Amino acid sequence: MRKLSIIGVLLASFVLCATAFAQQKELQVGFVYVSPIGNAGWSYAHDVARKKLEAMDGVKTSYVEAVSEGPDAERVFLNMARKGYDVIFGTSFGYMDPMLKVAKQFPDIVFEHCSGFKLAKNLGTYFGRMYQARYLSGMVAGAMTKSNILGYVAAFPIPEVIRGINAFALGAQAVNPSAQVRVVWTKTWYDPATEKEAAKSLLDVGADVIAQHQDSPAAQEAAQEKGVYSIGYNSDMSTFAPKAHLTAPIWNWYPLYKQIIDEVRAGTWKSQSIWYGMKEGVVGLAPLGPMVPESVRNQVEAKKEEIIAGKAEVFAGPIKDQNGKLQVPAGKVPTDEELLNMKYFVHGVVGTLE
Amino acid sequence: MIRLRVHKRHEPLGWRSLFIVLGAIVLSFGIGSIFLAIQGKPGLQGMMLLIRSAFFSVWALEDCLIKAVPIFLCSLGVAIAFRLQIWNIGAEGQYALGALGATWAALTFPTLPWYILLPSMLLLASIASGLWALIPGLLKIHLRANEIIITLMLNYIGILLLDYLVYGPWKDPTSFGFPMTREFSPGAIVGPIGSTRLNWGILLCVAAGVAIWILLKFTRLGFELQASGENPRAARYAGLRYDRLTILVMVLGGALSGWAGFLEASGNLNRLQPSIIAGYGYTAIVVAWLAQLNPLSIAIASFLLAGLRVGLETLQLDLQVPAAFGQIMEGLILLTVLAGRFFSDYRFALRRRAA
Repeated sequence: MRKLSIIGVLLASFVLCATAFAQQKELQVGFVYVSPIGNAGWSYAHDVARKKLEAMDGVKTSYVEAVSEGPDAERVFLNMARKGYDVIFGTSFGYMDPMLKVAKQFPDIVFEHCSGFKLAKNLGTYFGRMYQARYLSGMVAGAMTKSNILGYVAAFPIPEVIRGINAFALGAQAVNPSAQVRVVWTKTWYDPATEKEAAKSLLDVGADVIAQHQDSPAAQEAAQEKGVYSIGYNSDMSTFAPKAHLTAPIWNWYPLYKQIIDEVRAGTWKSQSIWYGMKEGVVGLAPLGPMVPESVRNQVEAKKEEIIAGKAEVFAGPIKDQNGKLQVPAGKVPTDEELLNMKYFVHGVVGTLE
Repeated sequence: MIRLRVHKRHEPLGWRSLFIVLGAIVLSFGIGSIFLAIQGKPGLQGMMLLIRSAFFSVWALEDCLIKAVPIFLCSLGVAIAFRLQIWNIGAEGQYALGALGATWAALTFPTLPWYILLPSMLLLASIASGLWALIPGLLKIHLRANEIIITLMLNYIGILLLDYLVYGPWKDPTSFGFPMTREFSPGAIVGPIGSTRLNWGILLCVAAGVAIWILLKFTRLGFELQASGENPRAARYAGLRYDRLTILVMVLGGALSGWAGFLEASGNLNRLQPSIIAGYGYTAIVVAWLAQLNPLSIAIASFLLAGLRVGLETLQLDLQVPAAFGQIMEGLILLTVLAGRFFSDYRFALRRRAA
């Protein structure tokens, strides 16, 4: 009996040691999301990648969702850092200053900020060239419209969103020179009711394809109710509006996240700005809906191959802004710096920058 | 035959009503843990984790206090109007205007030393938000306009004004087009206390709280507010200056919400950006109501509500419950506490009646 209990104690302590050892080597990865994860959208796309990371050996992940940009964010990042997370991803632009503050206090933790422009020794930034996929989705929209009015429900007048609208408009004009893009700002990333209202206002002025830079599929539903087409964003939104959904420019964060985690574990990680495109597989196009004719599919597929191969650029001169002023001269391609700073609408976009 | 009878209490319960509030909170936590259990999470441990991570560490207390500051000031602001039965639900807009006033001073005179600049920011925040709250006050007195509608609508206008300025004239030219002003100069920032994240603005809260408490409890003005609130017509008949009181509570309440905007912009964000609008003005109404418009209770309620929000983040992180659980808990607490009030106002008696 006594022997048995000694063996039991030994076994138990062995198990305890083993788990303690395993915990020591496990990489704790935290994510901070600006909106609820839900079933589609920006945060959802990040969370799909997080779940894949979780499946990796020796990686433990967690998240906090619906964290508003501002003072609340700093507290959430601090909390994660104090709990000993090894890598912390912040997935909204407004987390930039809070992350910078917290990163300075915890030099041993790796911070990665999506879409920002401030770097520190242990704070890197990453983003994707979503404008490439936007251009392709614009081609689909331009080919499918009958009224030549494309509606665009957009969040904030910041370069990321403006760049997407411009790429979308250029794509549409490439297949349909008389296509125009009408923009409505919601001034929110995530507010399904406001997004839907904005989509309806665009339907009222005759738009027959609704595109969006928003986190919820509300605009898709508005388009389906009206019986017109729509272009999703962030993740494949076809289940929310199967009759309307033409395609969606989508994020696939897993390759990028896996690369960062691998680098951290190998000890080769260093702070840098990553801006990957379709070539690296970070951005892409959701499967085209059954209503898109074969000729359009081939055209889009061909363009996609050209962009991936580096044979075609989305932004290539001559590019005129909405007032007719030449912004990019013929034969020129804007630098990444210029793209990140884009503050004008291209010709054919109807809307203000405020 | 036994019958349950309900009587209105003649004497107020006083401090004993504290037990009812505590009971209500315990009940809401009990229901919350059942919700957790339904989701397959450890219910009771979850609730313990929530309380522990909200109040039982120095960091947590610090976080709670930081979060409680704007809620407290806005709540104090709406509470004095509610005392007069003026339904000022415009704290959100008054808060925005306070932040605007302070930011204007910070951006216009960045080189002034802090002992001149900070008081000027406070003054401008008070003027901007006070005047903003004066509009519905004047409309109510002169045009009999409903202050609920006017204050609510002015919220949207105030926030749009803030948006216009940070997207337009006040935008930092080096921000890559992102909506935010330049970072304030060191003289325009309410500094942290020692090595904590807490800033000196907390002193302003204490001062405001004590001042309002004295005003309501010990001055003639406080008595007039109470009397006029309970019966405006009788108060007018008794010669009380109802219109002047209306103006006073609107401007004073507006200025208090404005101080919250000033402290958030200066002490926490160190600049003005749209994310400063975080719904404190609406939370304030709930808090004022829970606290029965009493300044000390408002302080406690703001702190507890801030703690709830801080603790829920840890609950999310450690147990991966959805963020919506936070709103459910807040709603549960509000519901049980308000329902519990029935037991403070009424008492129950079992009567045996001869058959």
